[in-house]
Amino acid sequence: MSMLRAIWAYRGFIRGSVQREFQIKYRNSLLGAAWNIINPLAMIVVYTVIFAQVMRAKLPGVDSTFAYSIYLCAGVLTWGLFAEMVGRSQTMFLDNANLLKKISFPRITLPIIVVANAGLNFVIVFGLFLAFLVVSGNFPGWVVLAVLPVLALQIAFAMGLGMVLGVLHVFFRDVGQFFGIFLQFWFWLTPIVYPVTILPESITSFMVLNPMASVMAAYQGILVNQQWPHWTSLWPTALLSVALCLLGLHLFKKNVGEMVDEL
Amino acid sequence: MGTITVSNLGKAYKQYPNRWSRLLEWITPGNTKRHNLKWVLQGISFTVNAGEAVGIIGINGAGKSTLLKLITGTTQPTTGSVHMTGRVAAMLELGMGFHPDFTGRQNAFMSGQLLGITSEEVARLMPEIEAFAEIGDYIDQPVRVYSSGMQMRLAFSVATAIRPDVLIVDEALSVGDAYFQHKSFDRIREFRKLGTTLLIVSHDKQAIQSICDRAILLNAGQLAMEGEPETVMDYYNAMLAEHQYQEVKQEVRKDGKVQTISGTGEATLTTIALLDGQARPIDVVDVGQSVCLRIEVQVHSALPRLVLGYGIKDRLGQVIYGTNTHLKKQELVAVAAESRFVFNIFFNANLGPGTYSVQTALVSSDTHLCNNYEWRDLALIFNVLNINKPHFAGSAWMDSRIEITAA
Repeated sequence: MSMLRAIWAYRGFIRGSVQREFQIKYRNSLLGAAWNIINPLAMIVVYTVIFAQVMRAKLPGVDSTFAYSIYLCAGVLTWGLFAEMVGRSQTMFLDNANLLKKISFPRITLPIIVVANAGLNFVIVFGLFLAFLVVSGNFPGWVVLAVLPVLALQIAFAMGLGMVLGVLHVFFRDVGQFFGIFLQFWFWLTPIVYPVTILPESITSFMVLNPMASVMAAYQGILVNQQWPHWTSLWPTALLSVALCLLGLHLFKKNVGEMVDEL
Repeated sequence: MGTITVSNLGKAYKQYPNRWSRLLEWITPGNTKRHNLKWVLQGISFTVNAGEAVGIIGINGAGKSTLLKLITGTTQPTTGSVHMTGRVAAMLELGMGFHPDFTGRQNAFMSGQLLGITSEEVARLMPEIEAFAEIGDYIDQPVRVYSSGMQMRLAFSVATAIRPDVLIVDEALSVGDAYFQHKSFDRIREFRKLGTTLLIVSHDKQAIQSICDRAILLNAGQLAMEGEPETVMDYYNAMLAEHQYQEVKQEVRKDGKVQTISGTGEATLTTIALLDGQARPIDVVDVGQSVCLRIEVQVHSALPRLVLGYGIKDRLGQVIYGTNTHLKKQELVAVAAESRFVFNIFFNANLGPGTYSVQTALVSSDTHLCNNYEWRDLALIFNVLNINKPHFAGSAWMDSRIEITAA
């Protein structure tokens, strides 16, 4: 409760930090904020034009020029949000070591800032992607709203995981190194670039153990096949998210004091 | 209103024998401790009452900054607690959180937000902040082109834009030019008049003595002394000069003031007196009167060199004038054991009315840090009265002649 009050009291700091970080990236460039649009736009162009037109990649079972591009974007963009959130949360205490050591402010604002920043970047890139869907005539319709609860779930999962890793990283710097490698394996072991159907039967059954697989499948279902997600398949991830959030919060509360001594 | 209550505060850092022990401690069930505690502060208790100003002094590594961090809440204590009331502003390091690529104005907003001030409030206070910082057009330039003094000016202006109930200041203020130092001290004084409680860490003797009601001396993580700024400061100075065989003692004089004596003791002062023209001891002096400071010294063991120094300090403990026999090229060399010397120092008491004290030093060279035989604060106290001069202000008698011509 006092945490929520602290967050509210420092809402100005949170807003300011998010704004600052957004501005800082292209601070001394001529085009400035335009790069915030140009970069994700280029990414979408690569995934759509290159894969659909140049490589003529096809998605098995779907007969559409852009099907694979949409499949790829649905996974890569949301995974990008996940990776950014977890990666940034993991280093947030180290990155702000100077502030933490010298100024007394509610530390819980740091994860909020990370989430808000990653969210903001995602809104831009996903907005562009939706615009592309509309223009290319592939907009899924009302079913697109189903993205929101899935996104909420994914953010909760990333926050919980990020918080746990963030606290651990302060005390055990190996966590950062290890998780960098782990994240790469995780990405390629999740059906994002390839459809789950190309996997041999024996491996498919293991996908249940990958909490991100069901989340990615939900996005791909919504955006490629215009299908509502199988909510039941998301339950394990939801439970895991709650567990990670609670664990993260517990670790944070327990170690927030000692953390400053380690920075 | 603003009070600070520190009770039994202690801080220890965990030390693990190797990198793996922490992991083992975390993952093994139960409460097996695999670390040692390294105490940097222990058993600190004091109270700062509303409107009071307290200075913290101590050598580097005594735990001053850790104490301030514990009080402001950046670090959490291992034992004890800190209780504060009122709005607190802490200036542990000025310019923290400044981003070099943003302008001074933008940074002002950011540091305001970090202090918990809303943007609207910063916007309202902005003209005042600009005026106080006096950095002119630079306010709209990126902070990376600022000099460190300019950054400090801006940071100080933001941090003190709103008068806090409790102000906590680390040595930060020593940055900046003399002009701004004065200005910032004036602001702190003004806050004090309006009732702000002050806790300040400084090595600047003058700052502590002129602004604080009380001082706290930290030594090796413990509260070594608490009391009048001058007494604590004298003890601190004596401690700085501490050598292996040197002892520091404090004696309470008849008038209740505390005299600090330190040194190795090869030579000691036996008597000290202020004499008038007829060689009669006096303790009240007229402005401008010629007097003689008579000091007798007993030498206990043979010394290669002996220098006597003295200083006259005002009521706040600031030295008005001081010199020594080395500077006067009258040092004694090859002094035999058990010899005695009398120093007669003649001068005119060109001082303003008030109470003054004399400190003495018996050393081998002109600093008291090497071979300090005896250092004595408050060796003598005398009063200066203005008996027959026109009234004047200040602690020096520099009579002038004023010429006025119609222009």
